[in-house]
Amino acid sequence: MPHDHHDHFHHEGMSPSGHPYRQDNDSPLTYWQQMEIAVRELLIEKGITTPAEIAAQIDLMDSRNPSNGAAVVARAWADPDFKARLMANAGDAAREMGFDIGPLHLVAVENTEDVHNLIVCTLCSCYPRNLLGLPPDWYKTRAYRSRAVREPRKVLEEFGVTLPEETTVRVHDSTADMRYIVLPARPAGTEGMSEEDLAALVTRDSMIGTGLPRQPG
Amino acid sequence: MVDRVRVKAMMPPGHVRAPVYLRGKTGVIERALGEFGNPEQLAYGLEAERKPLYRVRFTMAELWGPEAENPDDTVDAEVYGHWLEEAPDAP
Repeated sequence: MPHDHHDHFHHEGMSPSGHPYRQDNDSPLTYWQQMEIAVRELLIEKGITTPAEIAAQIDLMDSRNPSNGAAVVARAWADPDFKARLMANAGDAAREMGFDIGPLHLVAVENTEDVHNLIVCTLCSCYPRNLLGLPPDWYKTRAYRSRAVREPRKVLEEFGVTLPEETTVRVHDSTADMRYIVLPARPAGTEGMSEEDLAALVTRDSMIGTGLPRQPG
Repeated sequence: MVDRVRVKAMMPPGHVRAPVYLRGKTGVIERALGEFGNPEQLAYGLEAERKPLYRVRFTMAELWGPEAENPDDTVDAEVYGHWLEEAPDAP
């Protein structure tokens, strides 16, 4: 058993693997936590919603993930007519594929040889959740939100994306009602691949603009 | 709406969705997006007027001056019509 030997040093409050134990959450509720519980209980008491409905909505939220967006990107790579519809109205194009994106107004921005697009929400954390699921934690940080509009090339380098000087970087700040998805450039050497295989190349970050699609093979 | 616009450099209190870093900056309209309920009223549960929304493109040179990482890179942001004014003559 790995924890039987006591010859190595354990820090106080550290797990055997060297990580700090997370504190139990027995601190008092914050104002907004109390408010959420109060409103939720009132809505249930008055018969406006039920705990089962709330749990189902959370399940639905958790079931959305970047594979939805990847399917849209792969279709756009494989079908030029669909791509034209996506660029004209990305919301309608996603609905056409059967994605329930609600009243979402979606704009697709295309990466080409000359242009690289990057999505941010400097004001909060607007994100195309219906197509990509919940945003990654870094997307909501002050560091990403402020630096993406100020020094996007440095940010991209930290994500492992180094762009030539001649490439124009276009940052899209989701300040109001639109949500954005990057249509990455289709990797070379993917001619003749099925939509399903193409979708496997599309990463979450490539649809935010902080990454590039995987290379085939 | 003219193509070259400036974001009004005002500082009203409340829930506004025109980021401070764009206020007073000049850009070009990338596209008109149609009309949406004014978030400055929606945020307070008030009946919201429909306001035209635009995507405005700013150069990094305009936003950050000589400190711009690459002057020709751009930021596109959504700005409501009531936050935009006709830009003064191009330099």
